[in-house]
Amino acid sequence: MPQYETVVGLEIHVELATATKVFCGCTTAFGGEQNTHVCPVCMGLPGALPVLNRQAVEYAVRAGLALNCNITRNAVFDRKHYFYPDLPKAFQISQLYLPLCTDGWVEVFGKRVRIREIHMEEDAGKLVHDPWTDSTLVDFNRCGVPLIEIVTQPDMRTPEETVETVRQIRAALSMLGVSDCKMQEGSLRVDVNLSVRPMGSTALGTRTEMKNINSLKSIGRAVAGETARQIEQIELGRPIIQQTRRWDDNKNASMAMRSKEDAHDYRYFPEPDLAPLSLSDEWIESRRAALPELPEQKRVRYPAEFGLSAYDTDILVSEKTLCELFERTAAICGKPKDAANWIMGEILAALKERGESPDQLTLAPEALARIITLQSGGEINRNAARQTLTAALAGETSDVDEYIKANQLAMVGDASALMEIVKQVINADPDSDAAYRSGKEKVFGFLMGQAMRALKGKGDPGRLKELLKQGLG
Amino acid sequence: MNDYLSYSAIKLGGLIQSKQIGVAELTRAAIEAAKESNDGINAFITINEEEAIRQARRVQSLIDNGDTPSKLAGVPCAVKDNISTRGTPTTCASRILGGYTPMYDATVVERLRAAGTVMIGKLNMDEFAMGSTTETSAYGSARNPWDPSRCPGGSSGGAAAAVAARVAPFTLGSDTGGSIRQPAAFCGVTGFKPTYGAVSRWGLIAYGSSLDQIGPIAKDARDCAAVMTILSGEDKRDGTSTPFEFDDSSIANVNADSADLLVGLRVGVPDEAFETGLDPSVRARTLEAADTLSNLGAAVERFSFPMFKYAVPAYYIIASAEAASNLSRYDGIRYGRGVAEPGLPLDEAIIRARSEGFGREVKRRLMLGNFALSAGYYDAYYNKALQAKALLCGAFDAAFDRFDILLTPTAPTTAMRLGESLDDPLTMYLGDIYTVPVNLAGLPAVSLPCGFSDKDGMPVGMQFIGKAFSDVNVLRAAAAYQSATDWHQCAPVSAAKGGAAYATV
Repeated sequence: MPQYETVVGLEIHVELATATKVFCGCTTAFGGEQNTHVCPVCMGLPGALPVLNRQAVEYAVRAGLALNCNITRNAVFDRKHYFYPDLPKAFQISQLYLPLCTDGWVEVFGKRVRIREIHMEEDAGKLVHDPWTDSTLVDFNRCGVPLIEIVTQPDMRTPEETVETVRQIRAALSMLGVSDCKMQEGSLRVDVNLSVRPMGSTALGTRTEMKNINSLKSIGRAVAGETARQIEQIELGRPIIQQTRRWDDNKNASMAMRSKEDAHDYRYFPEPDLAPLSLSDEWIESRRAALPELPEQKRVRYPAEFGLSAYDTDILVSEKTLCELFERTAAICGKPKDAANWIMGEILAALKERGESPDQLTLAPEALARIITLQSGGEINRNAARQTLTAALAGETSDVDEYIKANQLAMVGDASALMEIVKQVINADPDSDAAYRSGKEKVFGFLMGQAMRALKGKGDPGRLKELLKQGLG
Repeated sequence: MNDYLSYSAIKLGGLIQSKQIGVAELTRAAIEAAKESNDGINAFITINEEEAIRQARRVQSLIDNGDTPSKLAGVPCAVKDNISTRGTPTTCASRILGGYTPMYDATVVERLRAAGTVMIGKLNMDEFAMGSTTETSAYGSARNPWDPSRCPGGSSGGAAAAVAARVAPFTLGSDTGGSIRQPAAFCGVTGFKPTYGAVSRWGLIAYGSSLDQIGPIAKDARDCAAVMTILSGEDKRDGTSTPFEFDDSSIANVNADSADLLVGLRVGVPDEAFETGLDPSVRARTLEAADTLSNLGAAVERFSFPMFKYAVPAYYIIASAEAASNLSRYDGIRYGRGVAEPGLPLDEAIIRARSEGFGREVKRRLMLGNFALSAGYYDAYYNKALQAKALLCGAFDAAFDRFDILLTPTAPTTAMRLGESLDDPLTMYLGDIYTVPVNLAGLPAVSLPCGFSDKDGMPVGMQFIGKAFSDVNVLRAAAAYQSATDWHQCAPVSAAKGGAAYATV
């Protein structure tokens, strides 16, 4: 059996986080009552005209700049035609001939995955099946929400590379604030184009397209699963049919949806209702200058500036909220490594336990910084720190100091209070005193343990040791 | 009261403002005239009596309070039925929009209302503005007030007929390839197609988006200018509209003493506009008008404009392609006339809605347009048409280096008899030869009456074309010509009753 190589290209649809739709003033808010975020424009009513949302253009340009693209100075919108009930004009305003961004790249595991183009387009509505009336209804709330479609070259070879490419792009876009990139809610949707070929071959095999895969994990599984299916077909001497397939994560297999013969003739032509965009060099450069620090820059800076491991760095920079929490916490408490450790450990574990994603994190960096400061200063111990953090994460408290006080979590460092305990412990076990004096060091450990237990673990160990020695002496 | 309807819009506005006529009375007279004429002329698809009377009362009370919104306040008008009117059906004269009532007003409707004009109804047209006779209307053909056995032209046939029949002092049409100017010529009235972008298209149901413009039809150029002052100006809802503001102050006062406005006006007459296929009477009247202009002091000069002949094929590809796209949305699912049979597969429901909803001429252009855009043909047709358009624009630029105005006939013939042209689309398309170049280049042009045919006695119109945004100059030249001639004052006999034969007033 020959060795095969997988070849993957991606089409990633990303909803831009503008307040209003791309060609009208309707809100883009997710989850409104059906058909309430609509107007004549996004309903495609006769006589309505699109007017371009400049904010959407700016967001798309920022995405292009962050992904190392060239920005087209005179980009043009085109109409893409097909009949479907969720598309009220029977055409989608998109870009074919002169897309906004071209020829970018993203670095994945040390190699470049090239981005062919990023073009702007409008989202369609949503079909909702109503089982009560056995009919299909259309909700146009999403219709006209601005999208960018990021099209990569077929540069990925493994499930890991594919997943990592999506992660990198998602991290960059969320860092830019141009999209919330929620795969579950459909604000980031991935189509995987995949073919296989004998190792060493340079020709591309016949590809299939798997549409709308909605989690990183599924993408990896889809690439592995479809690769296996295609190799099996080839080994059985069957042709690969160019077709659109749907990845079913539960069945861990892809199903054929439609083949090339059913493909639409989209009859593209330039949208006459929108003038070509005209972007000046000055404006583009001003947008470039205003870009925030991007994940690839953070990836270099975190190890260099804070001494973080590559692994920790990678996890932190892939999520905007984690980056922000880390950087602000480190800035407040001056202990970046502690900040990273708490985030990587307790905080991610807590999120996982609650089944939440990092973007749902609401922990104030001030709270985490205070906990780190108190623990490293010996004012609370690790357990107390953990307990306080858990409370803060759950939103039970916003004032760390108050919580520690109310729950008596502070270390007891006061000499007279500690001496009192030492005396109690020694008095309770007079034999141990004698044993210690006769050189039995083990007894010292036992007495320390007794004292700590009496203090419920909140005794300052250094002070306590000193005082216990004194008491025994 | 009916006599007042033959007055110019500006004159009526003055009488209303000075309270010599009541708005409600005049409105009722116009509505009566509309109803009375409709059996014969069929200019209206909808007559909106209640709303008109409401608006008339509102405007009258404004005027009574000394708050006259514009100089056309209180003047009755009507708009072509492809211009959206909130709460009033807007059909595009198509079965497929049967039952559709817009939930919003076109910008021009808002502006007319804000200016205090009184809209009495919606005007007949060729289906989706595709046609040159108004015979493709699903509501029956409109007829020419000069001879009801003839068409009024199209596609704004109802808009021109209503003015010619002295029902509405002015109307709004739309012009994608001549649809304001050609019916204006056929009906002996004045029709103006503004520079592309001068008037907002918001609410105009699109035919060819890069070509469509709304414009006025009235009895003379001064009225057209007054209406343009109301219509023009940037609209944030139409990205192709421009900040161009039309100011009619230099036209409003054009009068019999103003013919010297034409002195020194450089008028170019393209040789190619007077070649084969042109009706001898139309040719004669247009050249006589050129002589009149010359006698009034204009510098009239023949020149060669070979790009003319490429305009019709380029136009029919671009307009049909855009139409195919714009009309794709009519699937009968969300509005209009659909096919509601439970269990009918989606594709079939759409196919049936469109097969039953569209007429033959619309289907012909949709097929032509979809063909021109389809994979593998785009470069051969659509792209080539765009190249021809670019060349044509260049030729116009060169011509306007030499001339202020280009003079052509508006159409190669006078109004055809009903049923005469529908079966021969090619001949019908060639009838647009003088008007479509103007739309491809986005220029302003006016059609104005310049006499009557020796052959059939029907009105003949000529066309003045200006460079982009010279709208005021174009209409001022027309007003100056009209101040020296009286063709525009001719009206059909018993016009409001849709009578036959013609006479001069």
